[in-house]
Amino acid sequence: MMEGSSAEEALSVSASSIRITDVTQDGDVLTFAIASQKLDSSAGVCVFRIYEDFDWLQQSLFSQENLPGLQGIIFPPLPSKALTSQSNTQTKALKQLGFLALGQDWQSYCKAMEFYLQQVAAHPTLCKCTALDSFLINYESPGKQRGRKGIFNRLSQAVEEMRKESHKDVDNFFQNERNKNTNLAALSKVATEKLLDVVMTEQKLALACGHFSTSLHLCVNQDDAAAVAFSKVCLKLSDVIEAVKQNFEKVASNSLSTLGLGLDLESRYQEAEKEMLFRRTCKLIELETVKKSTEKAKGNKREAMEAFQKAVEKEFNLISSVAKQEIERFHSSRVNVLKNFLIGWCELQLNTAKEFAEFYSQHLEACRNMYSE
Amino acid sequence: MAASSERSPPPFPDLDEPELLEDSDEGADAFTGTSISEMDSPSPDSTRPPKDIFNDPPEDIFSDPLSNINTEPQKKVDTKIPSPSSDEAIDLFSDPLDDDSEVISSPEVQNPMPDLLNEPVEVPKSDVLGEPPVHKNAARQQDVFEDPPKGSSKSSSVKKAASAELFGEDEDEEDLFNEPPKVVTKKPQPSGPPVEVFTEVKSDVKVKPQVKDDPTDLFAEEALTAPAPKPSASSSSRTNGVHSEEQDLFSEATVELSLDSPRNDRKKKDAVKPSVSAPAAPVASSSSKAPSKTLEELEEEESEDKFDLNISVTNPEKVGDGMNAYMAYKVSTQTSLTMFRSKTFTVRRRFSDFLGLYEKLSEKHSQNGYIIPPPPEKSILGMTKVKVGKEDPSSAEFVERRRAALERYLQRVVNHPSLLQDPDVREFLEKEELPRAVGTQALSGAGFLKMLNKATDAVSKMTIKMNEQDVWFDEKIQDVENEEQHMRKLHIMVESLVNHRKELSGNTAVFAKSVAMLGSSEDNTALSRALSQLAEVEDRIEQLHQEQASNDFFTFSELLADYIRLLGAVKGCFDQRMKSWQRWQDAENMLQKKRESEAKLLWANKPDKLQQAKDEIAEWEAKVTQYEREFERISATVRKEVIRFDKEKARDFKRQIIKYLESLLNSQQQLIKYWEAFLPEAKAIA
Repeated sequence: MMEGSSAEEALSVSASSIRITDVTQDGDVLTFAIASQKLDSSAGVCVFRIYEDFDWLQQSLFSQENLPGLQGIIFPPLPSKALTSQSNTQTKALKQLGFLALGQDWQSYCKAMEFYLQQVAAHPTLCKCTALDSFLINYESPGKQRGRKGIFNRLSQAVEEMRKESHKDVDNFFQNERNKNTNLAALSKVATEKLLDVVMTEQKLALACGHFSTSLHLCVNQDDAAAVAFSKVCLKLSDVIEAVKQNFEKVASNSLSTLGLGLDLESRYQEAEKEMLFRRTCKLIELETVKKSTEKAKGNKREAMEAFQKAVEKEFNLISSVAKQEIERFHSSRVNVLKNFLIGWCELQLNTAKEFAEFYSQHLEACRNMYSE
Repeated sequence: MAASSERSPPPFPDLDEPELLEDSDEGADAFTGTSISEMDSPSPDSTRPPKDIFNDPPEDIFSDPLSNINTEPQKKVDTKIPSPSSDEAIDLFSDPLDDDSEVISSPEVQNPMPDLLNEPVEVPKSDVLGEPPVHKNAARQQDVFEDPPKGSSKSSSVKKAASAELFGEDEDEEDLFNEPPKVVTKKPQPSGPPVEVFTEVKSDVKVKPQVKDDPTDLFAEEALTAPAPKPSASSSSRTNGVHSEEQDLFSEATVELSLDSPRNDRKKKDAVKPSVSAPAAPVASSSSKAPSKTLEELEEEESEDKFDLNISVTNPEKVGDGMNAYMAYKVSTQTSLTMFRSKTFTVRRRFSDFLGLYEKLSEKHSQNGYIIPPPPEKSILGMTKVKVGKEDPSSAEFVERRRAALERYLQRVVNHPSLLQDPDVREFLEKEELPRAVGTQALSGAGFLKMLNKATDAVSKMTIKMNEQDVWFDEKIQDVENEEQHMRKLHIMVESLVNHRKELSGNTAVFAKSVAMLGSSEDNTALSRALSQLAEVEDRIEQLHQEQASNDFFTFSELLADYIRLLGAVKGCFDQRMKSWQRWQDAENMLQKKRESEAKLLWANKPDKLQQAKDEIAEWEAKVTQYEREFERISATVRKEVIRFDKEKARDFKRQIIKYLESLLNSQQQLIKYWEAFLPEAKAIA
């Protein structure tokens, strides 16, 4: 029902063309250069946005008016704000951002932001939001005309969250989905963390190799023939270790740029689905309370309550039907996304392994021929 | 035999008896064992022809025309032990070996033989025998020599064959002769009397000093000291142990054999000729020194090339229970070297045996300036774990690590051309049962004493301020110091590398597990399957990391640890050299003092004491020259050793790098396989 009515309101840029081309850090503020391609012309648009602008966009999406079943939508997850100030150590950033804190010059963070924008733009409902269009096209920063805080903003942090989360669903589909979601959200989070550990260790190894390789240069001594021979051996070893270091760096960055981002996205998306499901559960609880009070109500009060109950019920059903669509859409897209990341990862690692196998065999050849003369 | 009559004055006090017995036993082992077994088996070895030569022709040559002399040579030879340069003797001897029997069996050989026996040797014999200390010495040596062959056979031809056997192993033996004498040299140095005895000998037996100076410098040492330890041994010092005696035994035998070689005969004549005039000797020594050294170097090069000796330490096995338990290792040797009884043999040794070998070797050879490869350290913690018997991976790792370290240690020992010749090394590799090594316990009284000695050594090292004249040494000492620091640094880095690698392996395992979990709760079947495949891939990668971690460890960490220890040994050599220098300097100072007192006496006009002062000056002059020569020799040896060490080091590291690269390459190829297998799975996700 929403897809059909959208022709004239649709986004004026192509969703897949959205790129974050550059990021600059000025003090604590990261400024992202966002480029996109207009649909009706070949002209490109480039705007500069800071994190607050993204946040404004997300809030605007949350608080869209006149959009029935808004609560049933799985909103693409916006990465949390990057800690840029010098006082924040890397460990803190890692804790908060995980993979997104890794990589040079916020590359993975930009990638995640870019992915967020693409997801929003590709979303059949959200792409119609005027806030998105102005975010992507207007040169002025939209962040100043701040919208009111979204209603869902602190929702997930409600105290009664736990109680509500375990509330029994009336619909088996949703009950199942909720169980699975809880499971997967936890697991994907763990998997992401573990992969992060692996990548971190690889980086540490690369660093250790670097130290080792540099230290080997200390052994260089040109005093006599034997020393020269030994120095040669040391330098060769230094080269080899340097190669090992590059290998680790490459492997680490491969994991980071593909599966790392993929798992991170997956785990954040699961969280987003969880929030959506939670919103629906809240609505369900509200409906049940209304039902109960309607039963208790008497006289004309009862009529009013029944009318209210109907309205709530209608809203709940709408949310549920939107949610069902969203869940289906989410599942198919997440499998696709994961698949692409997995393939990309595998290919990169394969290439790296081949490249370094070649590299090592060259070194080996060189070593075997070394001063055999 | 004439020898027996000479033995009649009991040359050794009771004190010495047991040692001697033990020696002769071992000698008999070595002699009869080899000779008899070899004779029985008609192996086409290179050793075969010479044996024949000695076995048969001698019968003709010796038994008939020389039968009367036959017993005498031994005696004469005994008194003349130091006469031939071992170098030459062996060289000459090895020639006939290679060139087949013709040289020896030819009549030419026979001719010089009587010459030799009648003329030059006869002279020293009569001279020497008149002198009590030398006589004693001779008798004793003879005793040592005579005993073993008697046990097997009385005929001198067999004896000859046996010794031929032993010495038929061409230049290998030569090192053996060069080494032990040096061990002996140490003994007379601290104590004055032996040297006095020696000087006495010198004055009385003119032949000796010349002969002694004539051959290689190494052998000269023996000549200097060979007579000396005898009296000292018979009087008090028990420290004059098994090895010095064995060495006598061998040196004797060489001489005996050298009688057979025509060239040596000439040589000996040369040696005897200058003996008429003492001053001529130094000239001869200096001239013969140079060629012999280059010869040695050549030989070293050669032996490195044709080296064929594989030693593996395998099958660590726990023997016994509780705190008395120990690990026994199988030491297998594979070789084509003829010095060993067979091509392959295996013995079981425990860790303390390895340490014991090191103790023996360092006791004998370290003062010569040899770099003795150090064995792995004792690890009370690691061993206790093993003893307690917990089957945890860390104790298995400990055992494997030690096994590998012991293997490398043994390989380094036998790689050393001189150490390979040491009877203890051979015994360690070949002999079924070794006497239990004592004093290797980390906390034993002996260990404590050792620590004390080390401490005093360290103190004396600090007090010795050596005025380094040799630029090469000056630089090298600094280099070694720096290198040790670098190695330590590198070792720390490799350790951290290994630890990170292990961490990576652990993390990969955890990741694999969580991916497997994720896969199992995934709805999409294709994705689920891909994820569980991925988990398997990650598991295999974890294995790879683990292997690589141990590769890193064994190729680099242990290598560096070895070299840190070896550099310690190198520094020990420098210290030995410094000590030798110090001894020389002390002697110089003493001489200076003696001269001053002589001048004072002259001034004071006290002729009665003047003679004594002069004697003392002469004595100290002799000492100074001796110590100086010792210092020069140890410097040369250390230098050679360090050069060898450097070469060895470069080779070792190169080998390890190649090994490491091979392992890296292998890992990468495995990785490629894994990823290639996984890629279609990922693509199959619907």
